[in-house]
Formats: sequence, structure tokens, C-alpha cells
Amino acid sequence: MPKRFVSIWFKYLLTDREAIRLHSLRELPVAFTEPDHGRMLVMAMNAQAEQYGVKPGIAAADARVLAPGIQLFENKPGRNIKLLKGLAEWCLRYTPLVMVDPPDGLLLDVTGCTHLKGGETEFLKDMVSRLHALGYTIRPSMADTIGCAWAVARCAESGLIVPVGGQRNALMPLPPGSLRLGLDLLIKLRELGFYQVGSFIHMPKSVLKRRFGGNMVLRLYQALGQEAEFLLPLKEPVPYSERVALLEPIRTREVIETTVHALIDTLCKRLYGEGLGLRSAVLTYCRIDGKSGQLSIGTNHPSQPTDHIFKLFALQFDQVAPGLGIELFILDAPKTEPASDKQNLLWNGKPAVDSEQVAELLDNVAARVGKDQTHRYLPQEHHWPERAAGNTADLTQTPESDWPEESIRPVQLLEPPEPIEAMALTPDYAPRQFVYRHERHIIVNADDPERISHEWWIEDGGYRDYYVAEDEEGMRYWLFGTPNDLPGQTRRWFIHGYFP
Amino acid sequence: MTATKQEMIDKLRQDLLGWEGFRPVAPEERQSFGLGPIENAFPNQVFPTGALHEFISTRPEFTAAIGGFIAGIIQTLLAKGGVCVWVSYTRRIYPPALKRFGINPDRIIFVDVVREKDVLWVTEEALKCNGIAAVICETRLLSFMESRRLQLAIEQSQVTGFILRKDVKVLNTTACTARWTVKPLRSKLRPGMPGVGFPRWQVELLKVKNGQPGSWAMEWKDRQFTQVVEEVMTEKAQRYA
Repeated sequence: MPKRFVSIWFKYLLTDREAIRLHSLRELPVAFTEPDHGRMLVMAMNAQAEQYGVKPGIAAADARVLAPGIQLFENKPGRNIKLLKGLAEWCLRYTPLVMVDPPDGLLLDVTGCTHLKGGETEFLKDMVSRLHALGYTIRPSMADTIGCAWAVARCAESGLIVPVGGQRNALMPLPPGSLRLGLDLLIKLRELGFYQVGSFIHMPKSVLKRRFGGNMVLRLYQALGQEAEFLLPLKEPVPYSERVALLEPIRTREVIETTVHALIDTLCKRLYGEGLGLRSAVLTYCRIDGKSGQLSIGTNHPSQPTDHIFKLFALQFDQVAPGLGIELFILDAPKTEPASDKQNLLWNGKPAVDSEQVAELLDNVAARVGKDQTHRYLPQEHHWPERAAGNTADLTQTPESDWPEESIRPVQLLEPPEPIEAMALTPDYAPRQFVYRHERHIIVNADDPERISHEWWIEDGGYRDYYVAEDEEGMRYWLFGTPNDLPGQTRRWFIHGYFP
Repeated sequence: MTATKQEMIDKLRQDLLGWEGFRPVAPEERQSFGLGPIENAFPNQVFPTGALHEFISTRPEFTAAIGGFIAGIIQTLLAKGGVCVWVSYTRRIYPPALKRFGINPDRIIFVDVVREKDVLWVTEEALKCNGIAAVICETRLLSFMESRRLQLAIEQSQVTGFILRKDVKVLNTTACTARWTVKPLRSKLRPGMPGVGFPRWQVELLKVKNGQPGSWAMEWKDRQFTQVVEEVMTEKAQRYA
């Protein structure tokens, strides 16, 4: 199948955008200016200004004289790229492969897409009328190569659809400027009397290369389709993507739910057929006013049950703002993994940590409270209390070592340890009493200290002498004192946890 | 005639239990939680699983004691496999300590929510999931309506739920099957032995549906509960010197 590309030229991109914003500007000459060497020069204008003879490159003062009542706006750099990106996203409804073509165009790879609108002519007509409804004047062109489509969109009088293989004929009458060449090269061509591409297209490649350099040959042959040219899509196309375009825009929650459910079902069936499961999914909705929004979900294990995925999306449906109506849903699955088709055993009791039920529960929880809120701990070979348990998000991971059992640890741990005022009678004994949060605790029983040193290979620091202490009322605390055996050091006391 | 009347009343009592969500436990499914005399306080003399237990704590020390007590119960629930979900808002539980209560901490999934009101939402979702052995929820507030919702979720899934209410200021009515408090007691070693002994608690059943509330002193020893039979206190509390 021959490739087909569409190049869209937004001739009045900036002024059209301004007219969409302010309706009163539609009938007035409008121009955008840009500072250059201390002057303001016109860099873009609309059709009305053009009729008065305003051209890019003339001074703003001259434009004011030429077109009385002209509205001048200062251009912000990068504004056109921003606009084009928005329009490129809008164009995703026609094809997944869209590229921004600065300064004022878009490139679309429409190979195999045109029949959806009923043919190439209808395809372009639909595009023109829809963009016109939005307020943009465009000139699209379709051809086998990017270069040819670009040239025809900008320079041809008629024949915006170049038939398959007709690049040479289409390019012949066009000026050399249609080949995307540099300004110096264009001046050189003009001086030599080449006013049309046709006048040098027949020259041997070696001659052209010697006279005008490799770049010109590359551009010419790219337009003719003899050199490859690639399109860098705005968005990486996702291999697993489903879309549903609606005849009538929808607004109500019930209809949106039904539509999304059907869409998820299609994707899930496809994934199931290929033995894959979904790890993350993005649902994009496009509204008829050109705005769009996204919902995204992630799952803990590769899954394809439609209802589960739907439930995850349903938790976020409140964020969908349908406005005047939604006309297109796109569901992408950027991350998929092979799913193991586990058989559900009926009689093996409760499922394990990595079972599907638990994973689905955690998906729901993550969708509501955030992804990083679920923790599972595995033993770590560290004796420093704060590092003894390592956090893992992976449900399938099993402990590499056993949980330590010999040392007694508090059920409740204070992070970080809180300072207490303690009084010990003798240096190496547990305190007799301590004050924590304005409450005095008199210690009646205490275990011998357990000295825990800092893990010097991770962090410098002294040791802690931990005491299990019980007060008069039977409450048990985990207290520790900082080192006191170096000169000039006084022991400070901390409470680090509660025992059951 | 009186006998039939008595039978009728017994029958009615049994029915009432069923209507209230208590299902008669088949003898082979009957699990002992090693709670000894406490189990006798419950209907049918069995610790109700698939029910909502509420634990009241007013101090962080009590919360630690309750944590240990619940862990001791969950040990039995997890013996058959499965996982446990621990939902909390400000969590201080230290996973490695649970090993002492017979639980492998990697079998517990901790959900630490940022907003307090999400705690009950997550709890309800977890209680609806019948693939889970037990759900522990640390919360501060639990209204009657919220407890009803949790109870209804449990009646579908038969998951055991533990609500650990911290910093309780006012006790309100809830739909929980049992209301407990666990307070730490002075531990005791053999006379003359220095140091801190096994965890010892005063376990109180304040309320229990169709059962007998009571109070017991329990100790956690060798991975099981034992009732403390208090000998008469003769000697003064040995001061640590």
C-alpha cells in the first residue's frame, strides 16, 4: 500500500486564533508584530490585512499607514508551536500519526485512514469544514510523500490531492520555494533563472549536487519519493488502542458509562485473545468543542476482566466534564504484560497475597487514595530498627530471609524517636523515671540494655542503648539513651516505641 | 407444656441469632483462638469470625496492647492461608514486632491513607473482598451508620473485621458484634527474676451481642494466650533497683 500523507497549512494560524478569541476581529485587518533591531516588524497577518498590501517583514508603522484601523498584536515566541500542538492533538481523530511541522503546519500519515470518511476528497473536505467551523482557514494537501504534500499545500493553485505516483507532475509547475530550501539557495536559484521546479528537475543528480549542495538534492528526492523521509509522531502510537467515535455527542453519565464499558470490553477481549493483561490504561475523551481530557488507571497485576477495569475508571468518572458533549473516546493500553491464566481453585481456602482478588482490591484502593499508599514489608538484613523492614509494592515478592524472632521489638514504633526527660541513678542502668508529654512514669521493671550500633557502612553515628521498661501501671516502653562514654557527652534519652 | 415453651424460646433464640447475622458454625470449621474463658462469653461458645470487633483505646499504650492482642487472634485466622489488610491513617505499627505474635509481617498489606475519611472507604472495600482473612482498621471516629455499612459488607463476605478506635472521647452506639478494651497490666516473672516479663493485659469485653460481657487478665506466652490466675498479692510490687 503506498503511503499517503496530508500536509495542512495554517496560513493565518495566529490571526485565526486571535479571531476565535475575539469575534470582533474577524472583519478587521489584524497583524502580529515582532521586535527586530529596535523596530517592530510584521510577521503574520490575516487575509484582510493582506488585501491592503501588508506583508511579513514590513515595519509596523508602515502597516498602520497601509491598512487604516489595523489591529497590531505583539507575538510571543513559541506561541505557534503551542497552538500547533493543540491542533495536532485535535487531528488525532483522523489518524494516530500526527506531527507538528513548524512554523505553521501539521503533517499527518493517513495511510489507510481515508476510507473512514468515504474517500480522499471527502476526507480533506471533512477536515477543512471542521477546522473552518473552529475558525481556522487551512489548505490541506494529500500526496505520496511528505515533501510533495507540503509543496502542494503551500504553492499549488489547484489539485490539492496528488494522485498516487503523481509527485513529479505535481511538482513541475511549482516554484523552487516549495522544496523547503534555505533562503540563500532560493536566491541563487532565482538568479540563475530557475523559476519552476520543472526547470531543474531533469538535471542529473551529480550536477545538482555539485551546484547546489547535498541538501537540495535530498529535499528534491524526498519530495519525489526517491529518498526516505520519516514522520516523528507527536504521540508514540500505542500497540493496544481502541477508539469509538460517536455519531451524536453524548453527555449523560449513563451513556458515557455504557460507551466506556463497551470500549473496555473490546480492548480486554483483544488482550485476552493474545494472552496479555493490562497494567495501565489511559482513556482520552474528545469533546465537540475541541477540548479533551484524560483518565488513567494502573493495575497491580496484568488483568483483563472488563468489569474490574471499568470499576477503576468509574471511580474517576466524576472528573469527566462532558461540556456540550463527547464525540470520541480513545482507550490506550501503554503497558501490557503476559497474563497467566490461572485456574481458580475452589477448595484451597483463602487466596495468597498475590491472588487476583487481592490485586483487584489494591487497584481499587490505589485509584481512590493514590498509588504509593499500599505497603508490604519484607525482612531486611539490617539490625538498625528503622531499616529492619523494607517496603515493597510487589505482591509476588517473597522474603529472602526469615523475620528475626530473637529480639523483642515494640508493636508501635515512634518515627522519629521523641526526646524524654529521664533520670537514671547509675550511668549504665535504665532510668528510674521519665517525663514524656508532661506525664511522669515511674519505672519498676526494666530489661538489660540492648546495644544497637549504627550501621557504619550506611551512616555514621554512635550507638543506642535500648531498654524495655515497665512503669507502675504496667505500660511498657522502648527507651534508648545516646552514648555517654566519650568525654563531653551527656546521655540523652528518647522514647522509641510502645510494647503491647 | 413448660418443656415445649422452653423449647420454643430456645428455638426462637437460635433463629434470632441467625437473623442477626450469626451463622451456626459447623463443628469441623470450628476454630479455637486459644482465648480460653473469653470464648465462652460469645454465643455458641465460639469467637465470632465474620463479624465486626471494635476495640477502644484512649492512650497510645493501649493501642499497642490492642495491636498485640489482635495480632494474636489473627495468627489463627492466617493459619489457613490468606492475607490481612491493615488500614490506617497515622500508622505506627512496626511490622517486625508482629513476628512475636505468630504472624509473618509480609502477609499483611498496609494501606496508609492520607485523608482520614478514606480509612472507612478502604475498610469497606476490603471487607467486601472475600479473599481476605481479616481487615484491621485504625480510625478515630465510627458512627452508627458507618458501622452498619461495614457490618452489611461483612455479612456478604464473612471477613473478620477489627476496628481499632484510637483517642476515643465519646463512646457512641455502633453495630459491632463486640466491643473490647485491652489495657496493659504489670508483667510478672518468677519471684526474684529481674526484668520485664511476658505481655500481660486486662482484656475487657464491654459489649457483646447475645453474650456475656466480662473481664479477664490474659498473658501472651509461647505464642498463645494464657489466662492469668492471679495469686493473692502478698508482696509489694518489687521496685526495680
